[in-house]
Amino acid sequence: MNNLILTNSLRFIGLVLLQVIVLNHIDLFGYLNPLVYITWIFLFPIKKDKNLFLIASFLLGLSIDFFSDSGGINAAATLFIAFVRLPILKAVLRKSDFDYSQFKLRSISFDKIFLYIATLTILHHFIVFSLGYFSFSDFTTIIFNTFFTSIFTVLISIFGILLFVKKK
Amino acid sequence: MQQIIYFIRKFRYFLLFLFLEILAIIFTIQQHSYHTSKFVNSANFISGGFYDKMNSINEFFLLKNENKLLIEENTRLKNLLSKKKIKYTQDSYKIIDSTNYFQKYEYSVAKVINNNYTKRNNILTINKGTNQGLTSDLGVVNSLGIIGVIETISSNYATVLSILNSNSKINVRLKNSDHFGTLIWDGKTHTTTQLIDIPRQAILKIGDTIITGGKSAIFPEGIPIGIIKSFKFERNQYQQINVLLFNDMSSIGYVQIVKNLQKNEQKNLEQNTTTNE
Repeated sequence: MNNLILTNSLRFIGLVLLQVIVLNHIDLFGYLNPLVYITWIFLFPIKKDKNLFLIASFLLGLSIDFFSDSGGINAAATLFIAFVRLPILKAVLRKSDFDYSQFKLRSISFDKIFLYIATLTILHHFIVFSLGYFSFSDFTTIIFNTFFTSIFTVLISIFGILLFVKKK
Repeated sequence: MQQIIYFIRKFRYFLLFLFLEILAIIFTIQQHSYHTSKFVNSANFISGGFYDKMNSINEFFLLKNENKLLIEENTRLKNLLSKKKIKYTQDSYKIIDSTNYFQKYEYSVAKVINNNYTKRNNILTINKGTNQGLTSDLGVVNSLGIIGVIETISSNYATVLSILNSNSKINVRLKNSDHFGTLIWDGKTHTTTQLIDIPRQAILKIGDTIITGGKSAIFPEGIPIGIIKSFKFERNQYQQINVLLFNDMSSIGYVQIVKNLQKNEQKNLEQNTTTNE
């Protein structure tokens, strides 16, 4: 239990630093910056007590906002995907109920991991860019940015999970 | 009463989500509106100090470029000085050096420690704050043009509303005539900004220089900004005037903060005039 808290806190700080120091300055093709910090949401263990998880994901988004001067954009998006994470996971696995404590992301098949991560990433990025542009006239730019940044984020976060998260 | 408590307990999870989401949206709206006090900004002790540390490492690799800029500006200033000297030697000129009597603008130096240019609303962080005598609404320029306007401020750091921001509206004019316009940004590329409100009598040519206008109380008049890259003339109006910036907004190091010492006087006068009408 203690180990779990420690791992997740370290991962929280590590991902925020990675995002702020490295990933916010990549500017691939001049404008693409992957938002890999949401990997924390994908990897957080699924438990009965979900309130703490909501608060923690709000703080995760807010700490990114503090560094990138974006108001509450990342906080709103991260909180939203934290809220819909469980329903989406249930839909992807096609199970109505499963054993919460035993669940490990690496134990499910790759195509399901991909679907789960891609859905949450696209949702998150769509909220980030919609709130960032804040106008209907920029709708094509929002979709364009969402699509290409999502590809980048999904690639990096899946590679990161495959490399750094132990398979049980 | 009991039912309310029951309701809150039942939907506790959803209500928490709703509460936090609304909080986040409020922060976002605060960020989108100009001139409101902002809770979330990078001018605070933690993120400001963090960017400061990071920048001191990065700075080392950019010294060559920074030196080149300094040499260029020195050359320009020396040329200006040598022009001045010719005038002094001619006896018929009587030069009244107004800077001896009153000073209108005061410049101080700062360093950009966090630069953004890929988002729709870009905000920079600089390493000076109220302790160094800065206030909000001061202009930020460098040798190649204008950067933005100081927005929020803490004791040692400040955030700058970049010209690459949807809230940024800078009063500018053409160099070769006195037609005023407003400089905005459409969010597409960081090398070009847009010029609006140019009257149709103005004669534009591709390659014309745009400089700051003297209308605003923030920037001194005549700071070069960029050249006209392309424009359309439709329905008797100028449409889509693109301005290619002299400044490379993706690489900004040291900047100068412009403080207008007569700003209050100008503001008061303008305010009194409008209220008297």
